[in-house]
Amino acid sequence: MFRDVWLIAGKDLRIEMRSRVGLNQIVPFAVTVLVLFAFALDTDQEALRTYAPGLFWVTVLLAALLAIGRSFAVDLADGAADRLLLSGIDPIAVFGGKAAAIAVQLVVLEVLLGAGVVLLFDVTVHRYGLLVCAGLAAAAGVATAGTLYGALVAGLGVRETLLPVLLLPVVAPVLIGATRAFQDAFGVAGAEGWAWLGLLAGFAAIYGVFGALSYGALLEEA
Amino acid sequence: MESAVRLRAAVTLLGRFPALAGVDLDIIPGEIVLFKGPNGAGKTTLLRLCAGLCSLSTGQGWVLGHDLNSERRMVRRRVALLGHRTGLYDDLTVIENVSFWAQAAGASSTDVDEAMERLSLTGRLADTRVARLSAGQRRRASIASLVVRRPELWLLDEPHAGLDQQTRDTVDTLVRGAAAAGATVVLASHELERIAVLEPRVVSVVGGVVRADDDPTDSESPDPSSEAEDDRRVS
Repeated sequence: MFRDVWLIAGKDLRIEMRSRVGLNQIVPFAVTVLVLFAFALDTDQEALRTYAPGLFWVTVLLAALLAIGRSFAVDLADGAADRLLLSGIDPIAVFGGKAAAIAVQLVVLEVLLGAGVVLLFDVTVHRYGLLVCAGLAAAAGVATAGTLYGALVAGLGVRETLLPVLLLPVVAPVLIGATRAFQDAFGVAGAEGWAWLGLLAGFAAIYGVFGALSYGALLEEA
Repeated sequence: MESAVRLRAAVTLLGRFPALAGVDLDIIPGEIVLFKGPNGAGKTTLLRLCAGLCSLSTGQGWVLGHDLNSERRMVRRRVALLGHRTGLYDDLTVIENVSFWAQAAGASSTDVDEAMERLSLTGRLADTRVARLSAGQRRRASIASLVVRRPELWLLDEPHAGLDQQTRDTVDTLVRGAAAAGATVVLASHELERIAVLEPRVVSVVGGVVRADDDPTDSESPDPSSEAEDDRRVS
C-alpha cells in the first residue's frame, strides 16, 4: 500500500517539477494576489499586520485550487486516468498519493508566501512551532478535501469552474482555523492557536479517512 | 473450457443511448478475435466493457472468470487496453512512463528493458519526454507500457493506427506471441486486410449488437442504422 502511495506521489511530483507549472504559474499567481492585497491596504500598515494571517490563507486556498485542478488534469489529458483504474493500484493508495503530492506542493507554496508576508506585511513570527504545525495540518486538510472533490468533478466538462464552488465552502473551517492559529503565531491577536490546530488536525483526519473510503467509488463515476 | 469473455444479453447505456443493445458473445482463451463494424457501432464500448471500464446496465458478463457486475476490479488487473489515447504522461520520459506502469503492475525492471527493446524504444528515445514524440512513437511507448503488464486478455483498439510498417509488424508479432502463450487477443479495427494476416475470428458489431462473420476482408457496407446512431450521439 505505502509503496503504491509513494509511486503515485512520486509520479505527480516529478511531473510538476518537470513541467514547472507550479513554479512558473501557480507561485507567481499566489504572489500576485498577495501583492494586490498589500496594494489595497498599504496606507494602513497596522491593518496589513492584523489581517496578514487571513490574507495569507485566502491566497493559499486560491492557489490550491489551481494545484488540485492540475493534479487531475494530467491524468485526464491522454487517458492515464483509465490506465490508473486498470493498473490494479488500490484506490486508497491513489487517493493517498495524490493528496500527499498536493500537500507537498502546498507546503512549498506556504513557505514562499510566508516569506512574502513577512516582507510585504511587516509581520514577526512569535511562535515558530505553532506556525509550522498549523501550516502542515492545514496543507493536509486542504489536500485531502481537494483530492476528494477533485475526483468528484474530474469527469465533468465544467470541472474547472465547479471545483471552487464545491471546495471553497468545504475548506472554510481550514481557513478559519489556520487564520486563528497564525494570528497567535504572529502575535497579532489573542487567539488560542493550539486549540485551533486541533481543529485543523481533526479536519485533515476526517477528510483523510472519508476520502480513502469513498475514493474508489468516485473514480468509478469519473 | 471456461470462456475468456462471456456476455449474455449485455446492455450498456452511455447516458440514455444504448451503446450495446443486447450482446451475446463467447471468446475462448488463446483466441484472436477481430471486432469489425462501422463507426459508432459499439466496438470501443465492447472493448471497454471487457476491460471492466464500462458497466453493464442489464444482462450478464464474465471476463477471465470474473463477474462484470461485481468483480470489475479483478478483471482490470488481468487485462490490457490499448485505446485511442495513449495513457502516457507528457512531462515524463518514455522510460519513466513505462517504468511507472510496470511498477504499478508489479513488473520488474527486466520486464521494462525487454518491453523497451521489443518496441525499439532504446537509446536516446528512452530518455525523451513523451510530449516531444511523434504520434507513432507515442503509440509504441503506449504499447510498451502494456507489454510489461503481461496481461491475460489484450484489448486493442485500432492497434496499427499511426504506426510505420516496421512497428506494425512488431505489433503483429506481439499479438501472435501473446496468443501462442495462451493470452486472448481482441482487436477492433477498420484495417481488415492488415488484421487478416493474424487469422482472427471475425465478429461483426452493428448497431450495438454482434453477429458472427467468417471473412475478415469483407468490405464494411455503410450501415444506415449506425449512421443514425452517430447522429443521435452528436445530438
